[in-house]
Amino acid sequence: MSAVRAGDVALESPGASPARPQEAERSLQRLWRVKWGLAAALLLLLIVVGTLAAPLIAPYSPVEVDIRHRLGPPAWMEGGKTDHWLGTDQIGRDLLSRMIYGGRVSLLIGVAAVLVSSTIGVLLGLAAGYFGSRTDWIIMTVINVMLTFPFVLLALSVIAVLGPSLVNMVIVLGVAGWPLYARVIRAETMAIRERDFITAGRALGMSHVRIIFRQILPNLISVIVVIATLQVASVIILESFLSFLGLGVQPPTPAWGNMLGEGRVYMLNSWWIAAFPGAAIFVTTLAINLMGNSLRDWLDPHMKL
Amino acid sequence: MKGYALRQLLQLAVVIVGISMLAFAILHVIGDPVLLLLPQNAGKEEYERYHKLLGLDKPIYVQYWKFASRAVQGDFGTSWYTNTPAFKLVLERMPPTLYLTTAGLVMALLISLPLGILAALKRHSFVDSLCTMGAVAGQAMPIFWLGIMLIIIFAVRLRLLPASGYGTWQHFLMPAFTLGAFLAPITMRLVRSGVIEVMNMEYIKTARAKGMAEWRVVIKHAFRNACIPVITVLGLQFGQLLGGAIVTETVFAWPGVATLTVDSIRNQDFPVVQCAVVLLALIIVAINFVVDMIVGFVDPRIRVGG
Repeated sequence: MSAVRAGDVALESPGASPARPQEAERSLQRLWRVKWGLAAALLLLLIVVGTLAAPLIAPYSPVEVDIRHRLGPPAWMEGGKTDHWLGTDQIGRDLLSRMIYGGRVSLLIGVAAVLVSSTIGVLLGLAAGYFGSRTDWIIMTVINVMLTFPFVLLALSVIAVLGPSLVNMVIVLGVAGWPLYARVIRAETMAIRERDFITAGRALGMSHVRIIFRQILPNLISVIVVIATLQVASVIILESFLSFLGLGVQPPTPAWGNMLGEGRVYMLNSWWIAAFPGAAIFVTTLAINLMGNSLRDWLDPHMKL
Repeated sequence: MKGYALRQLLQLAVVIVGISMLAFAILHVIGDPVLLLLPQNAGKEEYERYHKLLGLDKPIYVQYWKFASRAVQGDFGTSWYTNTPAFKLVLERMPPTLYLTTAGLVMALLISLPLGILAALKRHSFVDSLCTMGAVAGQAMPIFWLGIMLIIIFAVRLRLLPASGYGTWQHFLMPAFTLGAFLAPITMRLVRSGVIEVMNMEYIKTARAKGMAEWRVVIKHAFRNACIPVITVLGLQFGQLLGGAIVTETVFAWPGVATLTVDSIRNQDFPVVQCAVVLLALIIVAINFVVDMIVGFVDPRIRVGG
């Protein structure tokens, strides 16, 4: 920005440019515009660090049973004890500790599944967009079939056959999620393919593989990052739903979804068992979505997602 | 229009074949039906006998052909659990699912249309930010949790509505709202951006210049034209809506296809699961086709470009 302007003589060294404070102000303004995203990112960081440091900060072990204090209400309610801030569940396990531990599985599955689906989706999207014609037709048909299927139903039926386990959950949620990436990446690739620098690369004798990975892919990183961020949230919701039905993470491993599913049985008298884990899912996915939206506005306001 | 319809029909056929393959693959490629059917202590001879009995010793394409040709006639096999035809079981549970989906759609429109138009007209105002925030929060909301919170508040605490079940209009309120809350955020955003776009058009200025009342401009000119993208996306979101209905049904014990499917999965009753998956997917495909046709009819740019 401190370069010579038209009709201007550069008398000052660039370092002492009077434009400096203005620039600082502008970048502050830019930061202020993404304030919600920053706040969300901070909250998310807190959640991630909290679940990672679970053994250090959780007051109890997540599987420690205290049958005398079962169905204990949260501390601020009548009959609640400060030993258990958020109360206890049906067999007297500390709800707060279980919630802190429960985030581990959800976040792990969310991130792992997104890695799987983004890898498949980006590769197929690049292939469809770059090669076009028959490759494109086949991949698009598969995408259409997959998008027609309700994600939930597909995941449910595959898990039912495979059996619920951590690895199976990641595979199913990962494989079910790729069409979204593929569709966006395909469209973007088709647009970039027509640009001059690609033709130039071909004329210089670059191979297709080199063009795809060294010239096209770097241009798509911001799109991929934004979709992947937002996808983590939907994978977490889907994982929780499967666990809620008892088809996901199996007890006694605490996960927000299966805690919610177990708490549902006791909601007549002990609403907190179902309410808090669900709130944890909500806050986490909200933070991820806010961060993803800000990331999109910050990286490329014109991105159509 | 004829060429467009034919192209869409061809794609429809391909998608249907794809769906049948996927449904077939779920049971036959990923899993082993014999292992699922026999008790765990069954011997090797038992296994071989059942393997042959179910025709699993034949090549995979022969098995698929058998599955597909029967499915076309509505024969998805017999339920392993209740010994009735799977097709009949699924069909019986279809109406509640369709009612719920419709009710959810209506609820979503009741929430999103007024809010979307309001947000668009009062752009960058407090109301607009509030609506946008609501939409972001709504999209992050796990609807099974929302459903349970509604039950806790309205059924357990206030005792105003039945917690679950099916029958009267009171039974519809909470499930419809839950499903509506799932679809409303995206619809509201579409309505908002659609109305904003339309409000800048020349014909809106003309209508205003004629001295037309502002509310009539909005209703008669802006809203009508903003509807096209909304209808398209809603139609294409129908699969998502059915997915949401699956979640809602299981929370409220709604006697629809989804509860049947989840129960069948728990009982390892795969003919019913396959049948339900195929029929639900067919409904989605059919609705997508109809929406494509309507949109192509309304907007000539789409049918030529498609």
